[in-house]
Amino acid sequence: MSQINRSAQQVLAPIVSNKRVGQYQQLIINVGDLAASCKPGNFVAINVGGDSSSMVLRRAFAISRVSISSTFGGTMELIVAPHGQGSKWLCAQGEGVVLDIVAPLGTAFGIPTEPVSVLLVGGGYGSAPLFGLAEVLNARGCRVDMLLGASTASKIYAPMEGKRAVNSMRIYTEDGSMGLAGRVTDPIAEIIKDLDIAVVYSCGPMPMLSAITTITDSLSVVHQCAVEEAMACGIGVCMTCVLPVAQDDGSISMLRSCIDGPVMYGSKVQWNMVGKQL
Amino acid sequence: MSTLDFSTTIGNTWFPAPTFTASGCASSGRELAQFFPLREMGGVVTKSVMSKARNGRPTPRMAETPSGMLNSIGLQGPGIDAFIAKDIPYLVEQKARIIVSIAGETVEEYSTLARKLRSVSGISAIEVNISCPNVENRGLVFACDPEASRRVIDGVRRTIGGELPIIAKLSPDVTDLVSIARGVVDAGADGLALINTVLGMVINVDTMRPHLGGKTGGLSGPAIRPIAVRAVYQVHAALPNIPILGMGGVAHGKDALEMILAGASGVSIGTASFGNPTAIMKIQNELKQLLIDRGFTSLKQAIGYAHRPEPENPNA
Repeated sequence: MSQINRSAQQVLAPIVSNKRVGQYQQLIINVGDLAASCKPGNFVAINVGGDSSSMVLRRAFAISRVSISSTFGGTMELIVAPHGQGSKWLCAQGEGVVLDIVAPLGTAFGIPTEPVSVLLVGGGYGSAPLFGLAEVLNARGCRVDMLLGASTASKIYAPMEGKRAVNSMRIYTEDGSMGLAGRVTDPIAEIIKDLDIAVVYSCGPMPMLSAITTITDSLSVVHQCAVEEAMACGIGVCMTCVLPVAQDDGSISMLRSCIDGPVMYGSKVQWNMVGKQL
Repeated sequence: MSTLDFSTTIGNTWFPAPTFTASGCASSGRELAQFFPLREMGGVVTKSVMSKARNGRPTPRMAETPSGMLNSIGLQGPGIDAFIAKDIPYLVEQKARIIVSIAGETVEEYSTLARKLRSVSGISAIEVNISCPNVENRGLVFACDPEASRRVIDGVRRTIGGELPIIAKLSPDVTDLVSIARGVVDAGADGLALINTVLGMVINVDTMRPHLGGKTGGLSGPAIRPIAVRAVYQVHAALPNIPILGMGGVAHGKDALEMILAGASGVSIGTASFGNPTAIMKIQNELKQLLIDRGFTSLKQAIGYAHRPEPENPNA
């Protein structure tokens, strides 16, 4: 480990556009040359609330996509769910507002060297970074199939253009209000066998990531997941976002999801130990 | 163009700037080095290290609160041997000035840690953290007990000899901070770090249980700054010759100046670095300018300046 987050920079980035997409907000921000060093899986930490804010911590968001050749120079797309005070503030900012961002942070999804078949699984707005990933995998020659799930239709994030890079996209909602009724994890085992899936990529709530790992472990398929744990700093100094992860020597360490993640191997994360005293 | 002597001293050690990381808020410096050269600040106070590797407390470990945050890490770390083997050489290579923070569960553990550090070169001072709030047993917060505080510092002083300055990090969660401070100074502390986090709790109203895995946590950030300024002011008034590292919610140069005026010889920046990785550089530059603007030619002139006597009434 020579240098941590070696591409990360703190920059002032103006909002290019901010629009509502279903229950979520799509923000495009101008990040200049920084866009070139962002990879699927990386995240951005954004200052929220302005100078006199009582919110002292940055908010972390998955970078859903970057674009380098647009008329605005390098841009970054974020899909934000206005749940908390900080994300609500961010969603309320208009075009031209300048954000203080730190990016790209954390690990990225590993891309197979061979053009294998892969399955992408997204829960809620966790699907957002999977579309950028799909484009990269597609360019590598991989067959990309996608499963999206949420409790209800309005929580599904699936942009029309997102379908371009995927071979198939199936949607599951628990209440049956969109796509098939059920959980996104229901068909995974079958799809892995039918399509000879080599890697499962996932992003979404922790219980979903844990459930996928149970399936992929039983079928000996690689599972790369983007984990989610409350962060204070996003850059590896505060030690709050830790998860129990198995090491090569068999021991279990509390690793930081911001620096050793967010992309981790599902089989290494000790899901049953999360939130427990090691 | 004004010139300002920005240097400070703690014990017999000179630092070119009065700005430091706060222990536990910068790991061992590597992560911040991505954003600015570590040698440009006064020094790196490393995360408190214990004898053995430690996993710390369960998650959730963090809750943001108004103008602050609660943390409940529980001294996760690699243990002293790995720290000496990996982290010290890195910091030396970066030409950073190093203050090593140590924490123990017993008086003997502190002495053992001091013994291991005694022969390590490149260290500017040792911070003895006797006030981490995130330990299993509150009875182990030495800094809440004057006698236990004295014993720890005495043990470290005897082990380390007279060379390396010892800074005792104290808790504000006591009735009489001055008497604790006096005790550790009598036992051989050369300086004091004021303040550690304030013990707090957040209850999640959905689960209706304490939010943090460790139930209680340490409150930091601007929310506790007035407590820190008061602590520095009171201790400086009682012990004017003892250098103090002031900390607790310093986020701007103006906050650092408050600490200096209250009697701090240096300031540590903690939670502000979580929100802004370059906070220390920003605070350092702002503090420098604020001192120049007020006509100080050295940082040392400003230390404890808030304690100066009121001018005599010209109309009397």
